[in-house]
Formats: sequence, structure tokens, C-alpha cells
Amino acid sequence: MNILDKERKVRELESKIKGLGNKEMSDRLKQEIENYKQTAMTNLTPWDRVLLARHQNRPTAKEYIEYICEDFIELKGDRLFRDDKAIIGGIGTINGNVVTIIAQQKGKSLDENLKRNFAMPHPEGYRKALRLMKQAEKFRRPIITLIDTPGAYPGLEAEERGQGEAIARNLLEMSNLTVPTIAVVIGEGGSGGALALGVTNTVVMLENAIYSILSPEGYATILLKDVTLASEVAEAMKLTSYDLEEFGIIDRIVKEPLGGAHFDRILTFQNTKKVILEELYKLRKLTGEELRDTRMKKYREFGFFQRFNYDNL
Amino acid sequence: MNNLAKTFENRRNMKSKYKGSRNKTVITSAKIDVPKGLYEKCPTCKETVQMKNTIENMFICKSCGEHFRVRSIDRLKITVDSGTFVEKGHGYITLNPLFQDGYEEKISDYKEKTKLDEAYIYGYAEINGAPTVIGIMDSYFLMGSMGSVVGEKVTKSFEYAIYKRLPIIIFTASGGARMQEGIFSLMQMAKTSQAVLKHSQKGLLYISVITNPTTGGVTASFASLGDIILAEPNALIGFAGPRVIEQTINQKLPEGFQRSEFMEEKGFIDKVVNRQDLKDVLSKLLFLHRRVQ
Repeated sequence: MNILDKERKVRELESKIKGLGNKEMSDRLKQEIENYKQTAMTNLTPWDRVLLARHQNRPTAKEYIEYICEDFIELKGDRLFRDDKAIIGGIGTINGNVVTIIAQQKGKSLDENLKRNFAMPHPEGYRKALRLMKQAEKFRRPIITLIDTPGAYPGLEAEERGQGEAIARNLLEMSNLTVPTIAVVIGEGGSGGALALGVTNTVVMLENAIYSILSPEGYATILLKDVTLASEVAEAMKLTSYDLEEFGIIDRIVKEPLGGAHFDRILTFQNTKKVILEELYKLRKLTGEELRDTRMKKYREFGFFQRFNYDNL
Repeated sequence: MNNLAKTFENRRNMKSKYKGSRNKTVITSAKIDVPKGLYEKCPTCKETVQMKNTIENMFICKSCGEHFRVRSIDRLKITVDSGTFVEKGHGYITLNPLFQDGYEEKISDYKEKTKLDEAYIYGYAEINGAPTVIGIMDSYFLMGSMGSVVGEKVTKSFEYAIYKRLPIIIFTASGGARMQEGIFSLMQMAKTSQAVLKHSQKGLLYISVITNPTTGGVTASFASLGDIILAEPNALIGFAGPRVIEQTINQKLPEGFQRSEFMEEKGFIDKVVNRQDLKDVLSKLLFLHRRVQ
């Protein structure tokens, strides 16, 4: 029984409450739901988290921005080709701090998803992001990126316009920024498409978000030649926030309410805002050079291998 | 003078001391690999070609000009001045960070088969007398995929070039980031891109030579970031593989899509260079970028 089945059961019980007029009965039912959530929705498996990260009702980047920022002005276009709707960016204030926010935006409905291309950016999206980052650096604004994408779009036009080059350029330029940068993985962090917004001083991840080199389905297809094994390989891929924190790939986890972010949006937004502000104040103390150097040093260290020195042999 | 002699003496001693302690990948052990058959069918023109002729022709099909994939050692032989290559950065050991089944066996299999430590070698070399750092990815080693060790070695090669204040040439051939090492492979993309940046900030030249096939995480990191990007004819270059694209858009891809000539036309490659001319072009570029005192 995966998390979606459990959620269905909770929703069923909740719909029963509405039908009840009796207060005592409804209180008892509420208690029952709470107990059920406590027992069934803790200790999630990695596959449960994958399902939650892709959940239909999971809050999208725009909702986060609406709650976190007092005001937000969206800026569009990469000045080269067109505006990519899969990535939104702009200037906003968080508790009075002016920041640039860049986010991958999923749609709520099928129509919106088609418009947003299911949050799979084209090269122009990454070039827009880069333009806004350069702009932020010019005006000394911190940069916050919200990551939520299945991956960069693997389409014909995307290739023609240099998807690889666009991502590579972002990786290089993001390492070189002299303003504080924070990445928040709010849903799916898929491969290079996510990393292209994720080379930052601090990487924060929501509890039930995932961040991996490719989707569990892709992994099962490529390595095991069987797509139905996706739920099993999710375990082996180590893509949950807790695994990644252990590896030191991410710095901090934002707690989610029981059952996932969509059960209590406001609480999720509050937690996220709190963590962003804390990290922001920490990074504010460093100078531009220090920010760049610590970021470079952090990414230089990543890797898992051994080397025999001649002296050790 | 005395000091210098001592250093050489020491180095010689060191070399003899640790002779057997690592897998040899140096060019001394390289005889050009003749494939099993004397005759082989060219996959493009279906013509039967004599392997010996092909090898003498720098692994290019004599009848249709198809550039075959080349092992890193053979690539060295046809690119650098003989006897100038000094390998750096050996002794890395690939680990299994995610405890994937069968990954370690796979690696040791490939090690035995290819006589390489990993899918990337680098070192000092001279091309028509011009000194440079050269790095070569080997697509025969697990599709040249970039795991932690390859990422580290690529980074190290840039750092070595910075240290020596030399230009660097990298031949890429890779299927992308290595799936088995998961998120660690992904982070190598950021790491190698940063290495390019640091090298570039020192005002040094980086030439990226894209060979067949270069896709995925390597295209999306250091391969696309060269000051000058060259490519061999008809090499597959792209972020997503052709099969994935076909599945996504649900239609057949046009002929020549994602090939070097196509990417040159789209403006992502400076020049498509035949393998016979590559050495000359590289040495010319190195000459043009020499530091004038």
C-alpha cells in the first residue's frame, strides 16, 4: 500500500466528517484520522516520497512565491529567442530583503501543464535564468532558486538550440556569482535540468522532495531493462532528502506536515520561508569573494572515490 | 646542476620502486590494437575493409570516410608527438557509493579488458613541439561515462594545466554521467565546469575536441565550454540521446540530426575537422595562442 492509497483513505474519512452533524462523533473521527496519519504516514519509503514529490496537489513554485514574497514582479524573456514558461523569474522581497527568485513552474491543470511544458525547460529558459542571475549580481541581490522539474526537455528544438551548452554555461556562471545563492528543491530535482539552477551556496530540500541523476523509471529502463521495477530501484538510487543530507550534497531539510506538503500548505510555506531567511542571514555576513570561494570549494569536494598516494603503497 | 641530477635520480628510483603497483596505461605498453578479424565490415557503408589499412589510415574507413571510435591509447598515438606523453593522475580507485549490485565487478571487468584505470587519462604531451596538457576519454570503458573518478581526473587535469600554465586539449567521448554512482556523478558536472572556469580565469586556452559519441552530462558540462570547440565528422553530439528524443516527440528524427555538421550549422561548434588534419589544426591553434614574452 503506497502513500497515495493511504491518502485516499484519509480523504474518505474526512469526507465522512462533513456528512456528520454530531460534534462528538466528528471529533472522534478527527482523532481517528490523526492517529491513522501518525501510524501510516511516518517512515515513508523512497518510492512514497517520489510519489509525493510528483503529487498532483503539491504546491508549485508560484504558490511558494506568493506566500513567501510580499511583492513579486515577474521578468520575462532571455533576450535571444523567446520566453520559456517552464521557468519563471523576477524580483521580490522577503521580509524586506530584496531578492531575485528563479523557479521551475509546474502546472496545476493539463492546460497549464502544456503551457508550462510540465516544467521541463528549453535552453531559452536556462538562458533567461542566467540573464536574471547576472542582473541580480549587478544590483547585489541574493538569488533564490526553486527547483521542481523532471529534467531538461529532451526535444528536437531544445537540442537544436543547444540544451547542453545552456546547462553547461549555467553551471559555470553560477559558480562564479558573487552574491548569496540559495537553492530550494521543492519537488522533483531531475538531473542536469535541476542542477542548472542548483549550483548554489546553500542547497535546501523539502522533506519529501527528490533529487537524482535521472528518474527511477529511466534508471530501471537503462540499467535493468524493465520499467516496472521503478518502485524498487527508488530505494537503491538514494534520492531522498535524508540520504542526500547524509552524503553532504544538500545542507538542510525543510520539514513537511504529515502526508506531504499539500496537507498543510501554509505550514510548509512558513517552514520554507523560515529556513530561507535563516540561510540568507548566514550568507549575508560573507563578502562576495568569500561566497564564490566557499561555493567553489564545496563543489570541488564532491565525489566518492579513493586515491592511493605513492607513499601509501 | 647537481640538484637537478639528484631530482632525476630520485624520480628514477621512485619509478622503479613502484613499477608494478598500478595498472599501466602509459603509451609504452600501447601497440595499436588490431581487432580480432583481419577484415571487418564498416557499419556505415557495409563495405568489407582490411583492418590493417584502416588502422594505418587513422581508423578511418577507406571507402566511405567513416571515423571509427578510437581507444584512448590509439588516440594518443595519432595525436601527440611520440615519446612526449607523460601520464599524470593515476592511482584512483572507483568505489561503489550506492552499493549497486554488480557495479564493482563491471568496473574490474572493464579494467581488465581495456587495461585502463578509468574512462579518462590525462597528462603532459607535445603536439608538433607545442607543449600542452591533453586529456582523453575512452568510450570503450563503460561508455566513457563520468563517475566520481572521471570527474575528479578531469578537474585535476585542469588544475595541472593551471599549475603548469599550459593550454589543455580534451577529447570527449562519453554517454554522460554514470548512472551507477547516482547523485555523485551529477555533481561532477558542476565540479568540472568550475574547473574550466578557473582555468579560463588564468587566461589559458582550452580546446574541446568532441568525438563520437558525446552526450548527456558531459555535453552539459566541460565539453560545451571550450574556448574553441572542434568536432570529428559525423560524431553524435547532444544532451538527450536520439532514442529518448524520438520517444518524447513521437516521431522519427531527420537524417544527420545531432551530428557534428548539424551542430556546426546550428552554431555550437567552431569547426568540424577530419581526423587526418586534427593534429595540424591543434598544433596551429596552440601556436596561435602561444604566450609572447
